[in-house]
Amino acid sequence: MKLKKLLKSIGVLGASCTLALSSLTTSAQEEDTIKVGVLHSLSGTMAISETTLKDTMLMLIEEQNKKGGLLGKQLEPVVVDPASNWPLFAEKTRELLAQEEVDAIFGCWTSVSRKSVLPVVEELNGLLFYPVQYEGEESSRNVFYTGAAPNQQAIPAVDYLMNELEVKRWVLAGTDYVYPRTTNKILAAYLQSKGVAEEDIMINYTPFGHSDWQNIVSDIKRFGSSGKKTAVVSTINGDANVPFYRELGNQGISAEDIPVVAFSVGEEELSGIDAKPLVGHMAAWNYFMSVDTDENNAFIDQWLEYIGNEDRVTNDPMEAHYIGFNMWVKAVEKAGTTDSDAVIDAIVGVEVPNLTGGTSKMLPNHHITKPVLLGEIQEDGQFLTVWETDGLVAGDAWSDYLEGSKDLKSDWVELDCGNYNTKTKKCVGATAE
Amino acid sequence: MLTQRLLTSDKGGMLVLGLIALTCILVPILNLAVPESSPFHVSTFAVTLLGKFLCYALLALALDLIWGYAGILSLGHGAFFALGGYAMGMYLMRQIGDRGKYGDPLLPDFMVFLNWQELPWYWHGFDMFWFAALMIVLVPGILAWVFGWLAFRSRVTGVYFAIITQALTYALMLAFFRNEMGFGGNNGLTDFKDILGFSITADSTRIGLFLASGIALMLAYLACRYIVTSRAGKVIVSIRDAESRTRFSGYQVESYKLWLFVFSAVLAGIAGALYVPQVGIINPGEFSPLNSIELVVWVATGGRGTLYGAIVGAFSVNYGKTVFTTFYPEAWLFPLGLLFVLVTLVLPKGLVGLIGRFKKSKSTSKQEEQP
Amino acid sequence: MRGGISRPNFQGESPDHPLKPDSDTTMALLKKSVCLWIALGAFLLTLPSAYAQSPAEPDFPTLVDELASGSLSKRGKTVEAIAATNHERAQTVLKALLEGSLESTRSDPRQVLIETGTDTYVLAANGEAVNADNLGRTKRIPIHNKLRSQIKTLLAQMNLSAADADVRLRAVEQMISDGVDGDSIALLQQLKADESSSDVQDAMDDAVALAQLESSDNETRLNAAKQLRGSLYPEVRGALQIVADNDSESSIRAEAQRSLDSIDSKLKMFRLGENIFFGLSLGSVLLLSAIGLAITFGVMGVINMAHGELMMIGAYTTWVIQQAFPNQIEYSLFMAIPAAFVVSGLVGIAIERGVIQFLYGRPLETLLATFGISLILQQAARSIFSPLNRAVSLPEWMSGSLQINPAFSITFNRLYILLFGLMVFFALLAVLKKTSLGLKVRAVSQNRPMARAVGVRASWVDAMTFGLGSGVAGIAGVALSQLTNVGPNLGQAYIIDSFMVVVFGGVGNLWGTLVSAMSLGVINKFMEPFAGAVLAKVLILVLLILFIQKKPKGLFPQKGRAAAD
Repeated sequence: MKLKKLLKSIGVLGASCTLALSSLTTSAQEEDTIKVGVLHSLSGTMAISETTLKDTMLMLIEEQNKKGGLLGKQLEPVVVDPASNWPLFAEKTRELLAQEEVDAIFGCWTSVSRKSVLPVVEELNGLLFYPVQYEGEESSRNVFYTGAAPNQQAIPAVDYLMNELEVKRWVLAGTDYVYPRTTNKILAAYLQSKGVAEEDIMINYTPFGHSDWQNIVSDIKRFGSSGKKTAVVSTINGDANVPFYRELGNQGISAEDIPVVAFSVGEEELSGIDAKPLVGHMAAWNYFMSVDTDENNAFIDQWLEYIGNEDRVTNDPMEAHYIGFNMWVKAVEKAGTTDSDAVIDAIVGVEVPNLTGGTSKMLPNHHITKPVLLGEIQEDGQFLTVWETDGLVAGDAWSDYLEGSKDLKSDWVELDCGNYNTKTKKCVGATAE
Repeated sequence: MLTQRLLTSDKGGMLVLGLIALTCILVPILNLAVPESSPFHVSTFAVTLLGKFLCYALLALALDLIWGYAGILSLGHGAFFALGGYAMGMYLMRQIGDRGKYGDPLLPDFMVFLNWQELPWYWHGFDMFWFAALMIVLVPGILAWVFGWLAFRSRVTGVYFAIITQALTYALMLAFFRNEMGFGGNNGLTDFKDILGFSITADSTRIGLFLASGIALMLAYLACRYIVTSRAGKVIVSIRDAESRTRFSGYQVESYKLWLFVFSAVLAGIAGALYVPQVGIINPGEFSPLNSIELVVWVATGGRGTLYGAIVGAFSVNYGKTVFTTFYPEAWLFPLGLLFVLVTLVLPKGLVGLIGRFKKSKSTSKQEEQP
Repeated sequence: MRGGISRPNFQGESPDHPLKPDSDTTMALLKKSVCLWIALGAFLLTLPSAYAQSPAEPDFPTLVDELASGSLSKRGKTVEAIAATNHERAQTVLKALLEGSLESTRSDPRQVLIETGTDTYVLAANGEAVNADNLGRTKRIPIHNKLRSQIKTLLAQMNLSAADADVRLRAVEQMISDGVDGDSIALLQQLKADESSSDVQDAMDDAVALAQLESSDNETRLNAAKQLRGSLYPEVRGALQIVADNDSESSIRAEAQRSLDSIDSKLKMFRLGENIFFGLSLGSVLLLSAIGLAITFGVMGVINMAHGELMMIGAYTTWVIQQAFPNQIEYSLFMAIPAAFVVSGLVGIAIERGVIQFLYGRPLETLLATFGISLILQQAARSIFSPLNRAVSLPEWMSGSLQINPAFSITFNRLYILLFGLMVFFALLAVLKKTSLGLKVRAVSQNRPMARAVGVRASWVDAMTFGLGSGVAGIAGVALSQLTNVGPNLGQAYIIDSFMVVVFGGVGNLWGTLVSAMSLGVINKFMEPFAGAVLAKVLILVLLILFIQKKPKGLFPQKGRAAAD
């Protein structure tokens, strides 16, 4: 009697277990669609930024399907939620590549999520398109960096401040994580190479979501009142920006006195802020919604129609996905297959129009060429472009201003190496195997 | 006999242990020996997922031991888990050697990146596995001992203890986020290559880690059973039910609590150490107080105060999470949140209690039948 | 960096994006009517200004119309010319340009208008009202930072002889921060003779002395350095420093150093004051976020993990109110406070009736249930309001700062929130101590069976208490919406701090919460300058942990029976 009961319960549990396993292992093996993985957090702290990118991808895929799909097949988006949890990013990537067998993944926002995903993508030889500006110092055979490297955002912005606004003193303020750390390091080295004295550079780091800026802003105010023109270069991340700008405004620091140039504040962030206290502060991006080109107007119209809300905005990472997706489509068409190796070979050199009137090109180091724009924030949360680079700037994976990386070079075509040391003529570390 | 003492009158435990043993035997075979085309093949994805669940289960077991039996609610057990993980991560980082991006034979990439000239002192020794293994046990253990000694001695209990453990893990999280700490800041430790000379991405290594997690869980379960069925275990339960009375009966309440707490922290550390090579990253997010609260929820969902309940809880909640995040990526927090509310309201003894209640109602109805 | 040669690109276009092109027919109609208006306006305008202007220079209305087109750098020249006309409306026009209320029509020729309110416009050149219906779409005339600071300087010069002493003071201060040149010295000295306000006179003296520091005459420099003793303008300090370090005359260097020392000792005092205020202000935020919890957790013993989400609801309520009454931003907070109290309070009561009432006596299980609720509420906010942050506007009276002197100012929003936090605190204290509800709340929390025995409806009291705590959390959300992001994650950012504050102060003691919030705030702000923001917080937490070891029941432990459980 007892044994029977026990056996029965084992049976029940076992059945549910096999059910569990089978639901995890079985994957639809339909060959009539091309699957595209969308790996953006839809919950947790990063949902605020990443949800929009998920919608962008769905829109781009839908649009492509209307045009007849790719290689005669329809595209099928596979959306998962890594929930702003970094190990979960790795797990979901494995799920997308191994279970769902997607042909490309568009996703990630934070550096740490990319770092978490990277080993999995390399192991399973997948493709990842990463759409956010980042700190550089990386080049993987399986990853395409469609956002800006530091030389495509930070350095041109500093050039503008130095040459046009004659800024002499610099506050480098950032959130304490790798992107601001690297950017500020590169900038400090760059500024010093331009003859800025060490005491004219103030570096400050704050934790994520820092909300009490009173004394930091008052320090900045004091630092900026020495008679020399001062500017703040801000790599402050996400949620910390609103209280920061509010405090600046309230303490009476206007954009004419001490302009703030931000690398992480775009149209989307501004749409969640009362932009009044920010007017005149600046941001450096590769794209502004306000840029008046036919491609951009078409993109905006398409987006507003897709999302069904007239108040939504477009921003730089969305453009990066737009470029990345089109590059992937073109490369697949060129290769005639979605096979990773073929696409990796085909995509370098592919050129697609970007939304600011130029043509972006995939480089052998898996970064792309982009224009750099500097805009001033206007009251409606849009940017007024005040400066842009002459042509497109090529993304540089390894910074020339960092000790460890200035000798490194990435070239996946001729050298087949992401970190080739030009001095020792060797490919350091892991190679593509 | 020992096994008799441990497992008789623990049918649930036997069942759970049996199932774990079964998976430990079946999964490697189904993964390695069965061809991929076969419907019985277990993919590597499922293996890593199960391995992760096993680590979570071990962590849940550690918490259940102190919460379920000694009534010590720790809202900071994730801290011990993460510390164990970091110790393992440091070993794995050192194993990369000169295969990092910058090719530095000694310094991990993130240190080169931040222009560090030499290895900080606390990174020394982690190139040896035995040392790392020792640290996996010692670091969480010592922290728990110091913290517990301070807290139990001044009789910080209940809600207060819960809140200060939360403060502990929160403080550690903020500290580990700092890049100056030398633990890789927000990015944490990642891009591991080898463990004990085996490539970390090889299927056989994954199976090895999976087996190690399974065996660790089973051993830990038996050890916990040993403790709770021993004489000391009785004292511990009596501390939970009436602390002052136990103290007045002449027992050293503080030292019982302290050692149990330390043991639990060590288990959590081991769980973390097994977890890191399987998921491939450790970052300060693991210290987040929310993770620790979630851990409490696993235990409560499974059934607090029964060791196997913790395991059941860890598996079911995490399995639910995996399924929900895939099938309802937009709204998975609704069912998850609802689950927590319902479990506390309807199933105060957790999922395991559900079975118990079912049995009880049967037996009582039987008793009623007897005239 | 490759290929990044700078090329200034001052586009004259405004960034607003033509989402919906106007249809051709309406445009044609508009053009006609606008032409009429222009003809009329131009005729009227040329009359008065024709006398004032020499024929060679373009007259004021022409200049104003020029603002509508051309590049940003050309606009700069036009602004200069407008200021030079000394036209009576020059100031109004420049101010409108600076504030972004100067608009131009899209018609040809463009009309330049000042927006005086929603859809009411006047002609910029002469202030005549125009009929808004016939204008078509107008567009703001864009300016950038260079232009903005140029206009500010010009306005400051015009304002030197304004009627209001405050405006004059601002103008002199603006001059000080822009740098005073030789021409201005003469102007300032001349104006000072007629100046009635002593504050303005002092500022003028400082401005003149600041300029004289660069004089070639030793005597002048010495006197200037003397004059600047104790002056708190940051520019003065910078200039004095340069003199003290580099001047050729040792006596002047010494004098400058003495002045510097006197300035520094004053600054030190003000910095201390500033730090205390920063600390109290941080404390008031902690107080607001913890005070609701002091009721639900402290008095009722519910570990309410959804407390942060109740604040979030309050913050969203503020946003909804602002959306519902877009023209009443100035009063929106006064409407939002009661609304947030009611909304969050009702949600709280629903939570209490639906879940918590079944869990009394099991505090740790309330943690689990309310954690689940917090997940649901967060996701609900995401589903209803989208995961994006919502823009809550600051009313005018909440922005800016109370300038006590050039070195010390207190921002209004922080000041009001500090006062508001204290008000909420004392109101709550009064409710608990003076009202019958408060009496019952205390009775139930101290001894539930006894309270029931004397006829208190315990379950009703529970619901009301929880509702009260939740409502207060909602009010805190209104205050937070003025400081930080309004989004689904708002609550999580504050929940841990809130618990720390309540536990540090002593559970069940409102005064403890006040003292603990304020002291944590001040300690934090005093540690931040040398430890950095992150480490300061870590140290606070470590201190807190050690403190709890010392005093396990917080700063103000509850005494008597209630403490014994």
